[in-house]
Amino acid sequence: MIFVEARAVTRWYHEWIAVLIALILTVATASALLASLGLDPVSSLHRIFIRPLNSVYGVSELLAKATPLITIGVALALGFRAGVWNIGAEGQLVMGGLCGGAVALAFWGVDGFWVMPLILLGGTLGGLVWGAIPAFLKVRFNANEILVSLMLTYVAILMLSVMVHGPLRDPAGFNFPESRLFHDAATLPKLFSAGRGHLGFVFALMFAVLGTWVVKRWHLGFEMRVTGLSPTAAKFAGYSRDRTVWMALLIGGAVSGFAGVVEVTGNIGQLVPNISPSYGFTAIIVAFLARLHPLAVIPAGLLVALSYLAGEAAQLSLGIPAASTQVFQGLLLFFLLGTSLLVNYRIRFGRIG
Amino acid sequence: MTESVAIAERLSASSKQCLGVRGLSKYFGDFAANRDVTLSVDAGEIHALLGENGAGKSTLVKMIYGILKPDTGSMELLAKPYSPDSPSDAKHSGVGMVFQHFAVFDALTVLENIALGLEGRFPDEILAAEIAEVCDRYRLHVELNRRVHDLGAGERQRVEIIRVLMQDPRLLILDEPTSVLTPQETEQLFTTLDRLSDEGRSIIYISHKLDEVRALCDRATLMRAGQVVDVVDPRQESTRSLGEKMIGERLTETKRSKVSSAEKHKARLTVRVGDVYPESTRNVVLNDVYLSVAPGSILGISGVSGNGQDTLFDLLSGELTLPNPDSIVLDGEPIAHFGVEKRRFLGLLGAPENRLGHAAIPELTLWENVILTARHTRGILKNDHLISGTSAKAFADEVIKTFDVRTPSLNAKASSLSGGNLQKFLIGRELLGQPKVFVVSNPTWGVDAKAQLFIHQMLMKMADEGASVILISQDIDELLSVTDRICAICHGRLSRTFPTDEMTPEHLGALMLGQEIDS
Repeated sequence: MIFVEARAVTRWYHEWIAVLIALILTVATASALLASLGLDPVSSLHRIFIRPLNSVYGVSELLAKATPLITIGVALALGFRAGVWNIGAEGQLVMGGLCGGAVALAFWGVDGFWVMPLILLGGTLGGLVWGAIPAFLKVRFNANEILVSLMLTYVAILMLSVMVHGPLRDPAGFNFPESRLFHDAATLPKLFSAGRGHLGFVFALMFAVLGTWVVKRWHLGFEMRVTGLSPTAAKFAGYSRDRTVWMALLIGGAVSGFAGVVEVTGNIGQLVPNISPSYGFTAIIVAFLARLHPLAVIPAGLLVALSYLAGEAAQLSLGIPAASTQVFQGLLLFFLLGTSLLVNYRIRFGRIG
Repeated sequence: MTESVAIAERLSASSKQCLGVRGLSKYFGDFAANRDVTLSVDAGEIHALLGENGAGKSTLVKMIYGILKPDTGSMELLAKPYSPDSPSDAKHSGVGMVFQHFAVFDALTVLENIALGLEGRFPDEILAAEIAEVCDRYRLHVELNRRVHDLGAGERQRVEIIRVLMQDPRLLILDEPTSVLTPQETEQLFTTLDRLSDEGRSIIYISHKLDEVRALCDRATLMRAGQVVDVVDPRQESTRSLGEKMIGERLTETKRSKVSSAEKHKARLTVRVGDVYPESTRNVVLNDVYLSVAPGSILGISGVSGNGQDTLFDLLSGELTLPNPDSIVLDGEPIAHFGVEKRRFLGLLGAPENRLGHAAIPELTLWENVILTARHTRGILKNDHLISGTSAKAFADEVIKTFDVRTPSLNAKASSLSGGNLQKFLIGRELLGQPKVFVVSNPTWGVDAKAQLFIHQMLMKMADEGASVILISQDIDELLSVTDRICAICHGRLSRTFPTDEMTPEHLGALMLGQEIDS
């Protein structure tokens, strides 16, 4: 018989052992899938996971992909600790990109040191408002924030589509659904001579450090964690659940919006109908891969960013469909959730007693 | 009736004694939950198991039902040795149990729920017909196709009883079955139980409602502190004599010095309010709450669990606020509209009954748990935003040293402490904040005797230093030895308040059963 029983003592490294097991299982399953396609797993894995990082271009691309994942992952980690399930970071990102991009287009051709901060502010506010909607509905009507924030994602994506097909369309763009290219003052500088890595990555690192500080030292972080752990005890301590819901969703919305405007001004350089390959959803995996520790979001974000590059490499060099990215990410989340059981429980083989 | 007679004949084929328990003991660590317990239940007998909370009744029936294994002693069922390894073992041997908290699935129908409790049965028409027969025989009315979440407590209990009766038990154990029932439902239950006993089935009836036991039971085994103290015929006893036997001699050694008469008449905290509706519908609504407590005195609020104590605690702690500020007055200041934090600033501190998950968070360390309620003292919170780990740790360390909390370190999780040590830590956490009013609910629940004494001393020390203490408790010994004045809560109503000196256990028992609370 196999038993699952609660651990008497849990140690901090149990969490990371669970993560390690999840990674090993993911790679093993990916290998099995590759082998079933008639490919040699070892050389294939080398080609899709290692070779993309062999150049400055590759690393720069990796940082570009990791930027939104880390930025949003930090904010989601804070919210998830509070037990507020903001699943709509993708929509908040899109809203941030749209609002920030609209500001950039409104000041098109205008130079000045204040233009870029204004654009970033616009994007942040856009995401903030999009996060405030599920927060309000949750606090006022106890509407489930998972459903509301998720559904608002599709509203945001359609809103972006309407805007780039209509008012924000490039007047000289032959009716393509794209905006004008942003001018230099509205573009974030690149980090390297090659690839798309941009200043946003530095912001992402700063968010991770700030997030760690909030969790470790700020009363707000403690309050949110306590509310997530035990609403009853939080109430006795004098903490308000409503405040936690508001803070979690406002932080999530604002930071995701920031990630969105950084993505359009740093990476894409204009507004297009599709500004994110589901970064907002993938950041959920990143947050859990990091076990909701803001600092650990950095390696987790880099690893998951690698899965995007790996998907592209798999498509180019092995001829596997691009959907392999999602397969890889799905496997990772699946094993992460599965192995998280091992943190508080252990598996024992034997008899009762 | 002929059917009953037939069943009675079949059952009486066995010997007269149904269950015999000899020398049963059960230890939890050093604590003897049951010591050398002997119990005999005859066929067709309704046998009461009487005792206060913590007297060992539940431990005993858990052993009979196979949930716990006795450390020593033996049992006999229908003249055969009986030692169940599990509840399903007990069921197969003919023992059925109806728990106080029903194990029914809300989303399923009555029929489905009953089928789930029976091995290898399906919720089909054959089963429905059998159930209908049982319901008819024992006058248990319930609609089989209704979903359980639509049912009231009495109906849910009937579902449980039917489920147990479908297994044709020889011995039926009922754990405080009437605690959730209306008087009419109680009547119905008694009819059913009489019927079962007429058929020769035995019933163990756990209760602390003395008048019910006198009305229903043939014999009563009285338990106190894990031991059997007497076996009596409840019909030959008065409620008063039963109460005395149940509660036994009082310990008066911890009696405290009297409050000076000048202080006695000043009220530090006064609560005066009509109806109070709790946020959770599971908690009891309070009606006409009036209480007042003087500086330096301890007010006891007794009552059977689930009579509104949770709502009362929330009302006092500020987890439940009222629109009219004047409903609660602390030192002349209306505070009923203030939340927890503001009340704490004014010196109203507390310790709720549920230590893990209400007073403290099990997953957090001791020093982190300090931040929950003591963050505004000793610079734990800097500029209202930053937490000083050093100050919080220093505070936790002081609590641990001052109140002799046994813990490996400040970094131990709250869940790793024993009940008594955690309670000392939690009360100590508030005591260092120098409360003006301290509200505490069942502080010694599940706490060993030594820690219990220590906690009582902490409460008395608090009062001696001038605090007003409100002690909500189910423990009659505790209330009579620690408090200055005492009242009872029953169905959300408070009784009059009496000086503890003039209070007798019988009188208190009557108050707890709501006998002097007029509506």
